[in-house]
Amino acid sequence: MSVVMKHHLFWPLCVLAALLLFNLCYSPDFFSITVHDGHLYGSLIDILNFGAPLILVAIGMTLVVATKGIDLSVGSIVAISGAIACLSISRGADQNSMGLILTSVLLAAGLSLMLGAWNGLLVSMAGIQPIIATLILMVAGRGIAQLITGGQIITVTSTKYAYIGSGSLAALPFSIFVVALVLVIALLLTRRTALGLFIESVGCNPAASKMSGIRAHLVILAVYVFCGLCAGIAGLLLSSNVSSADGNNAGLWYELDAILAVVIGGTSLNGGRFYLTGTVIGALIIQTLTTTIYMIGVPPEITLVVKACVVLAVCLIQSDTFRAAVAARWKSRHYPAEKEMSRHVS
Amino acid sequence: MSLNRKYIPIVVTILLFIVMFTAGSFRYTGFFSLQVLMNLLVDNAFLLITAVGMSFVILSGGIDLSVGSVIALSTMVSASLVQQQGWPPAVVIPLVLLMGAVFGTIMGAIIHYFSIQPFIVTLAGMFLARGLCYVISIDTITIDNTFYTAMAQTRIPLPGGSFLSISAVIAILVVAAAIFTAHYTRFGRNVYALGGSEQSALLMGLPVARTKVLVYTLSGLCSALAGVVFTFYMLSGYGLHAVGFELDTIAAVVIGGTLLTGGVGYVLGTFFGVLIQGVIQTIISFEGTLSSWWTKIVIGLLLFIFILLQRVLSSRRLTLKE
Repeated sequence: MSVVMKHHLFWPLCVLAALLLFNLCYSPDFFSITVHDGHLYGSLIDILNFGAPLILVAIGMTLVVATKGIDLSVGSIVAISGAIACLSISRGADQNSMGLILTSVLLAAGLSLMLGAWNGLLVSMAGIQPIIATLILMVAGRGIAQLITGGQIITVTSTKYAYIGSGSLAALPFSIFVVALVLVIALLLTRRTALGLFIESVGCNPAASKMSGIRAHLVILAVYVFCGLCAGIAGLLLSSNVSSADGNNAGLWYELDAILAVVIGGTSLNGGRFYLTGTVIGALIIQTLTTTIYMIGVPPEITLVVKACVVLAVCLIQSDTFRAAVAARWKSRHYPAEKEMSRHVS
Repeated sequence: MSLNRKYIPIVVTILLFIVMFTAGSFRYTGFFSLQVLMNLLVDNAFLLITAVGMSFVILSGGIDLSVGSVIALSTMVSASLVQQQGWPPAVVIPLVLLMGAVFGTIMGAIIHYFSIQPFIVTLAGMFLARGLCYVISIDTITIDNTFYTAMAQTRIPLPGGSFLSISAVIAILVVAAAIFTAHYTRFGRNVYALGGSEQSALLMGLPVARTKVLVYTLSGLCSALAGVVFTFYMLSGYGLHAVGFELDTIAAVVIGGTLLTGGVGYVLGTFFGVLIQGVIQTIISFEGTLSSWWTKIVIGLLLFIFILLQRVLSSRRLTLKE
């Protein structure tokens, strides 16, 4: 039993299960999935479909956080990627031509790769703190997105483009397959090759890993590039789901949700260890929470307050000091000097 | 005369401001006037006040992401109490300031006593304050209270036909008080020491806990005050006021030459950092053909240049640290 409880997925899964259980009690047909025209419909499918962009962004963010970094610019990259894809499609003569869609998607992906590389270069080569380095793109990126869309909402009428975000394959939303593909690639790369170990090592101590022959700069750069690409794909999913790009609001506050998902998933913000599956569950928790709040009729505005409380609770649980303070209540004896020591050595 | 290394960023900031203002004066007719200069203060009073609070936080080595939300919450609380409950402004304004200060204190206490990164705690604070706005109301609440309209419309005449608003005067007073606090009081010294090295500050016997919590209290108070000033400016309360404002504020502080690792910087630099942002906006509005989102791009670019500059200047210090 204790082995099960110690597993890093135990608590996130418990929270997710509790949320789902609550939903089931509240509305008994929550789990019912119906079939219309060969497509599956239901709340669970909706959660997966609408949660897809967040999961993608959070997967990229996990690797960045694992290197003790943070990427605040993902929301802006989401907006930029959607904007450039929609702009390129809306300029085309035939919006449904496969070539045009492919070019636009590749263009958006390429641009987000470059933006990720920019972040990575600032962090790894220029040695700027990650919060600050990505802050630049967060501020300027929204401006760039607005520049691309001209401050308007670009609408496209391409059914082929809309397929990416709202189409379905084998009765399941297509976006789920995109997410699964990215997740599997990330898992294979980090768990079947030494890359995952490198990332964790760089997150623990970049200097030491450099000494032991890891190209820390390259690892950090790669991680930010991957994060940018993930955000770019998320932007494609989001914009194609609504067939429009909004430079002002697309991906707004995504960085916060993504960080939240990563933290809930058990990845510590101090770097050095990461759980991709945990992150996916974290993102699903956030999406389920949002759905639940909508469903039980609480004004959706309260979502933010709930999220704030969740962030705080998770962080407090992660904090050694907090755990020690709570644990001290159950300890029969404790040494004041020991406590004093632990406070000063940090 | 050799310029001390630590003065380089602030000198660059001030020079940049002068260059931008001069360039604008040559390019656009009517740009070079006292009123344009005064308008920088009038239109950016709330940014100035918030940035002053943020300067202290960043000097102490922390960061406060909740400022924009606290501003929105202040406008919302003011508007709903004054407009919907009919409370007198004399009660509401101190109450709002107290609320901001307490909000900051709680965040500071969590940051210090549970040693959680300031970034994540204030992020939660940002969510919370923004969410509380929506709990109060999701719509704009317009204020037509006589006190607020009077504060909004009063013009303090200056020689040469120009004028300042009351908000701008409040902002200038806040900056003056902050310069005094940062450089001439024990608290200011403690903040710098804390930002230089928390461990050293602790070993020196400085009140680290008190200073750290107070810094966030100060930032919360400043944000609430900025919220009050923002209410004078907008004459409304709205949950979406000042979205993304924390970044403008951080940008102002960084462009002002304050080092994000803490311990180095001046409040006066922040003052010029805000003015530079104001000049960019003014130039863009004088240009007329440029869209307002160029502001964000230019600010992002400036942020980049200044961070690189700081990086180069502090590289010696950092290599010693590592």
